[in-house]
Amino acid sequence: MTKPTPKARPKQKTPHKRYFDTEKATDNDDGGLERVQVRRKSQQNFVGDFIKMQTKTKKTPAFVRKAPKKPTAEPADPAEPQPKKNPIPQELMDKYSRGEKVQPKGVKTRHFKEQQTRKEVYLEYATEQAARTELLLQEVPGQLEPDEGETTAELRQAEIAGLVDLQSAAKHFSLSMEHGPYQLRYTKNGRHLLLGGRRGHVAAFDWVTKRLHCEFNAMESVEDVQWLHVPTMYAVAQKSWVYIYDKKGTELHCIKRLSRVNRLDFLPYHFLLAAGNTAGYASWLDVSIGELVGNFNTGLGDIRLLRHNPSNGVLCIGGGRGVVSMWSPKVREPLAKLLCHSTAMTALTVDPKGQHLVTAGLDRAVKVWDIRMLVQDKPLTHFQLRLPANELDVSQRGMLALSQGTYLETYADLLSGGGTADYQKLPYLRQRCDAFVHGLRFCPYEDVLGVATAKGFQSLLVPGSGEPNFDAMEDNPYETSKQRREHEVHALLEKIPPELITLDPHEITGVDAPTLQEKIDAKRRLFHVKAPRIDMKSRHKMKGRGGSAKAARNKQIVKDAKRKEFIAEVRQAKASVFKEHGAKVAKPKTKAARSVLDRFKPKPPKKRKA
Amino acid sequence: MKVKMISRNPDNYVRETKEQQHKMPRNYDPSLHPLEGPREYVRALNATKLDRVFAKPFVANLSGHRDGVACFGKHPKQLSSLATGAYDGEVRIWDLANRTSIRHFVAHDGFVRGITYTRNGEQIFTVGDDKTIKVWKAQAPEIGDEEEPVNTILSRYGLHGISHNRKENKFATCGEVCAIWDEEHNDPLKTLKWGVDTLHTISYNPVETDILACCASDRSIILYDQREAQPLRKVVLTMKSNKLAWNPMEAFNFTVANEDCNLYTFDTRKLQTPLKVHFDHVSAVTDVDYSPTGKEFVSASYDKTVRIYNAHHSHSRDIYHTKRMQHVVCVAWSLDNRYVFSGSDEMNVRMWKAKASEKLGVIRPRERVNFNYQEALKHKYAAHPQIKRIARHRQVPRHVLNAQKKMRTVKEKEQVKEANVRNHSKKGKVPYVSEKKKHVLKEEV
Repeated sequence: MTKPTPKARPKQKTPHKRYFDTEKATDNDDGGLERVQVRRKSQQNFVGDFIKMQTKTKKTPAFVRKAPKKPTAEPADPAEPQPKKNPIPQELMDKYSRGEKVQPKGVKTRHFKEQQTRKEVYLEYATEQAARTELLLQEVPGQLEPDEGETTAELRQAEIAGLVDLQSAAKHFSLSMEHGPYQLRYTKNGRHLLLGGRRGHVAAFDWVTKRLHCEFNAMESVEDVQWLHVPTMYAVAQKSWVYIYDKKGTELHCIKRLSRVNRLDFLPYHFLLAAGNTAGYASWLDVSIGELVGNFNTGLGDIRLLRHNPSNGVLCIGGGRGVVSMWSPKVREPLAKLLCHSTAMTALTVDPKGQHLVTAGLDRAVKVWDIRMLVQDKPLTHFQLRLPANELDVSQRGMLALSQGTYLETYADLLSGGGTADYQKLPYLRQRCDAFVHGLRFCPYEDVLGVATAKGFQSLLVPGSGEPNFDAMEDNPYETSKQRREHEVHALLEKIPPELITLDPHEITGVDAPTLQEKIDAKRRLFHVKAPRIDMKSRHKMKGRGGSAKAARNKQIVKDAKRKEFIAEVRQAKASVFKEHGAKVAKPKTKAARSVLDRFKPKPPKKRKA
Repeated sequence: MKVKMISRNPDNYVRETKEQQHKMPRNYDPSLHPLEGPREYVRALNATKLDRVFAKPFVANLSGHRDGVACFGKHPKQLSSLATGAYDGEVRIWDLANRTSIRHFVAHDGFVRGITYTRNGEQIFTVGDDKTIKVWKAQAPEIGDEEEPVNTILSRYGLHGISHNRKENKFATCGEVCAIWDEEHNDPLKTLKWGVDTLHTISYNPVETDILACCASDRSIILYDQREAQPLRKVVLTMKSNKLAWNPMEAFNFTVANEDCNLYTFDTRKLQTPLKVHFDHVSAVTDVDYSPTGKEFVSASYDKTVRIYNAHHSHSRDIYHTKRMQHVVCVAWSLDNRYVFSGSDEMNVRMWKAKASEKLGVIRPRERVNFNYQEALKHKYAAHPQIKRIARHRQVPRHVLNAQKKMRTVKEKEQVKEANVRNHSKKGKVPYVSEKKKHVLKEEV
């Protein structure tokens, strides 16, 4: 009896596919792909291994519809990647993407080339997974939807409060207080509010539940207030020094090294309390160790406008001459300067994403600048107001609020907002306060704009301003005290050292390639090198062997030899530079016809054979 | 007018009872996570520092031998048992889980030269200076019974080492000749000879199980095939090789521990140049053993240290030493890839962790995820100078440091001298010879 042949496994209909198999077609023959070579700004003059390429699809005009393809009899090409089941829209992928792919072209060895390709596949996978989590977000952003013939600008706060649910309506409130022009700050998670009145009144409270943490009078003038990394501590810039209080109003520290401070700001990831004072000193206090990591005179005079850029931690200081300068605690010169206005500036702010800088000047202009591209000659947007804006703030979702005296208005979009002089384009919302506005902040993760005036505080409802979905690992408005402590410890462990505050926050992850300027400088320096000092120690000799004269002579011989060597080296290096750049080295002219009198000339030195 | 505002229901964000986990909604939008690069860098730096902080590789000291430890035999199936032989002829079987010696007997007169388990782990073969091969049961005898060998084979030649075939019931011994034995017979199946007086190490290839390699006293490494009548090939180095270990995953590669402080990894197909020269030891290397993954190996040296190398890197990734450890004679990597054993002159067997900072014991999933993340970070930022410096730094004993300095000076001096000779000779007269080629004298077929 013959053995029955073992049953063959049923063939798989489709080859088993994993995520990583679906590689993008890299060939160009489908015509739709166009290869464009793009290099990062800092790599433009770098002729090294890392050359970035990107594949860009040609844009087809939306209105031209392609004729539907006739169904063809031939089966689909099996090599062609199957379209994904649930494709992710490109704009969502762009939102989560960390930049273009690094093409392995130019990577030297095959091993690293493959490593790079593999890494890109993983990165794309990670981006895709992150983009898919969008589905899990619970909340939707707020919005105002006007009916036919209505505009949002005509809506008053009381009407909004009447139209929304009770919980939201409770977020609209006002406090009238008498200790004169107020400053305000929300915590990073948007849960607590700190108010500081010029005439000494300091109050901290949970503004959602309206529970007061503490309230006291400092009995001297209060210039500015600022929460520290946790909602249990805050700093108050008083008449002469900066004080740190806890949630209950107990004075924890008096920082005498920060004197006569005008403006305070806090860098949460660096644990730095930044301060600008009346004498023009910018100071950074590391609140985790209590040390001043930077304290120097900016030479700008009285610092009245100071904001930090949340995306890189650089401090933007607005000067009196319409110049915004950007400072890092470890560099004594400004990292960058930007001439924004021809007149004095009245307000400045940086948007929470760190992309735009908004400035306002006495020339009644409000300008929006791209701070990632500092080489620019004009702002992204420029709009003219009837009065100069005295306060500015940008919300998480890119709404702009500005105040002109007692009047304030908000724009739905930072870039396409309009001015009051423009009757065609009305603001998103507007409000007249009962007193002069001195502070203006959007509350993070809420549709609320806090306004501190000369006579108190108002909490206004601005639907659509806040980010609806918070990340509990970053900021959690609902955190318990235990979670807060845990978070504090983690944050402290990953405190970024102040040296890493640079204009480009991704510098640390990039390749440290010399720029063209650095290369040129290195070459230029070659022509000004000094001969090194030669410190020769002669070997100790027994008594009677050679005198000091002999030793000195030997020393001189060695020194001369070293110097000659050095000169030869430099000459060679210079020659190589000349050769590289095709500069002509002065050549001896061709011999003139010999004359009879030449014999009286000194003889040329004999040429040595190399 | 329609108005919509953010209005969160606290029920979705706050847990109801204390038994529940806290609700942690996530939003992976990059704009909510600023300063990604610097924060990641700081994390990587912390991970690297923690790695050094937790680097406590020493696990246990197994004492009991009354003379220096000469050789190890790994049990092929039980992770917790290890056989060791000493200079006084004593063999000890250790229970590694309890860190105790469970059995000991005097096997030979003089040194125990080699120990190996059979494939199923039921018998132990030992060879000694008394020219005998003894077979012992792996199972301890009943209480009251004498320790007696199952079988004793008297060899005609001196014996220096033993290795068991991975797939067949055969083993090989070396001494004056290389002999292939069957477990059932008392005479060798075959003897192979290539004009050498002593072969002092023998090792079967674990994958290509017919191939075996010996180190000989005439500074050569000889390859044999047990099916053939003659040896295959021979490569002669500048100095004697002490031990040889095959890479268990890359079957064609083997590493030898050499007397000249280096280890050499060879490709069997190309013996003229070693694949890699592994530096860093400052005295003769006495033993080498591969990890079961074939990615790393451990080496023991006369300089009283144990070093761990990546199989394809020329410098060691870690160094283990203690104040009391003397010349290390033998070393072994456990078959679960987690521990390293070293036997040294001062009668102790030491157990080390293969990864110095690894956490022993049960690791919870969240902890595991965190370890993996830290590992990835360390890898990603490995090239940053600050991180590199911390990751590379090792405290070494004073005598090693001095010896390193001395060796460096000698090497520099030689380089200077060679350069001078080159400068003063005709062009091409003094060729540049790579470090790899310097140590191989010749290959014979």
